Amino acid sequence: MMKFSAIARLAASASLAALLSATSAAAADLNALIWCDHADPALLQPFEEANGVKVNVKEFEGTGAGLAIVEQSQPGDWDIMVIDSVDVRRGVERNLFEALPEDQLPLADLFPEVKMDGQTVIDGKRYGVTEKFGYNTIGFNKAKVSVEDMQSLAALTSDKYKGRIAIYDYYLPVIGMAAMSIGKKTAELTEADLPAIKEVLLKMKANSKAVTDVAASQTALATGEADILVGGGEWVTAGIAKDNPDLDFSIPKEGAVLWSQSLAMFKDSKNKDMALKFIQYILSPEGQARLATSSCYWGMPASTKAALSDDQKKILQFDKQPEYLARAQMYPAPSEDLDKKMQDVWTEMLQSQ
Amino acid sequence: MRNANTAGWLAAAPALAFTLVFFILPFAGMVLLSLTAKDADGWTLANYQQFFSNRSYWLGLKNSLEITAIVTLVSIVLAYPFAWILAHVVPERWQRLALLLAILPFWTSYVVRSYSWLLVLAEKGVINDLIQGLGLADAPIQMANTRFATITGFVHFFVMLLTLTIYANLKQLSPNYAKAAADLGASPFRTFWHVILPLTLPGIMVGAFLTFVLAIGDYITPQILGGNNELVLPQVIMMQIGRRGDFPLSSALAIILMLVITLAYVACARWLKLERV
Repeated sequence: MMKFSAIARLAASASLAALLSATSAAAADLNALIWCDHADPALLQPFEEANGVKVNVKEFEGTGAGLAIVEQSQPGDWDIMVIDSVDVRRGVERNLFEALPEDQLPLADLFPEVKMDGQTVIDGKRYGVTEKFGYNTIGFNKAKVSVEDMQSLAALTSDKYKGRIAIYDYYLPVIGMAAMSIGKKTAELTEADLPAIKEVLLKMKANSKAVTDVAASQTALATGEADILVGGGEWVTAGIAKDNPDLDFSIPKEGAVLWSQSLAMFKDSKNKDMALKFIQYILSPEGQARLATSSCYWGMPASTKAALSDDQKKILQFDKQPEYLARAQMYPAPSEDLDKKMQDVWTEMLQSQ
Repeated sequence: MRNANTAGWLAAAPALAFTLVFFILPFAGMVLLSLTAKDADGWTLANYQQFFSNRSYWLGLKNSLEITAIVTLVSIVLAYPFAWILAHVVPERWQRLALLLAILPFWTSYVVRSYSWLLVLAEKGVINDLIQGLGLADAPIQMANTRFATITGFVHFFVMLLTLTIYANLKQLSPNYAKAAADLGASPFRTFWHVILPLTLPGIMVGAFLTFVLAIGDYITPQILGGNNELVLPQVIMMQIGRRGDFPLSSALAIILMLVITLAYVACARWLKLERV
């Protein structure tokens, strides 16, 4: 029997689904659900020209929103999806993804710490492959703050930087940082840890000027509205480092939260060969360099062989990755119930005065 | 008679069909969805119970109502004299151009306009530069990422909307009302207070209602200008969708928001008898 919620969802999405199917692209094209870094023509054009294919992209933010788009589409509408590595399992549980042929992927080139087999390999089959990663850590303006202070998460709750801090508006990584600041491991968080985490979050909020989304985070650092960004990292500072070389990031002694995005192929894709070629292109040294320095946001290429220039490597602190990765902890991957409770703690923090 | 009725129904059919497909059916779907749980079968009121039991959620509605009320009042106070000047002071031949200039903000993207305000109100923005340049403050005043910034962004937009509705009302008003009041010995202020203002209330209320509806349902302006230092209800709704994709809870919150708007409409309509507008 169909679930009540499924019936309701069906009714709610009927008109949208009709619109989507009416506008769905030709089967020969590659249709990709992506994050904004994949929309950069400098990344897509070389692949399109080499393969004589058009890549149609649709941006989304948040796994929930991405999965909702898939649910409201016809099977086969989408070929490729960019997804948080920790959320690959959510797609597999919905029977959306195709197992990837490991022997046709350059897995040996990837940093071992970011392969994240625990999240991307399910029942012995690989459903996601990490393409880019980075850190939710401390982004800062080194002309305005002590670089030494930025080596500890304690700086975020001390009075010294009161009113000079912005917080990145995404609850999972910042909750992860709050947990690390009190010596808890992000992979072992339980409901019992939430009161202590909430206390840290409230102290951070009291020190902060704003809780900002991606664009506003960059604006805050670039305009000097804030000198420190909690949850920031290379993804905020690297892209604008040319204009403002004082913007930098640190990996504090307590560690940083490792974010990682993966590529997955849809089980119902009508263009699986081309989808695999696209994944191979993204994982190639050239594709990795283009993705890492995308105009939307920079990040660390998952491949050790990315064809980055020396300048790009310096801005990304690419050569320090083995050391940084050793200190980094996984993005929190809570159960549905704990996830909801974490989001409620976050909402409470936002509403606090 | 029957033919006239049939013709009437046929004429209204496209509009009815549009409303059915793009409003009533999706709304019914949303109501059903709000009565389900994200990860469980069956019908439940749990989403509505969450709204009343979770302080952060109903605080979102309280913030929405406070901000919307302030925006509506401030916009009326600013828009009325502006509309008056347009209708009675600006020469007839310049009025079209003046109106065009008045609605210029509508031509700019909502998002771009909000980010522009963020830069204007920033610590190194023009307003803080001016304040410090004039010696009115030693240090920058925090205006960006506050409720003040959200209200400023809203007012900038809605003053234009209210100006249009009040201007239209003022232009429809016969000058004989003012002349008659003056003949009876009323001062210009008494004429305005007892004659003109009551007659332009429908224009004010239509604009105020539109302002209320658009402001209370807006997500972009508080998100960009408010700095997430407090959340309004649309932001709380969006949070449920982003990562978790909790559409049942977000539907319930959206329906609560819609109920508030409906109540505002009913109050507005009953008080003003809007059918005469």
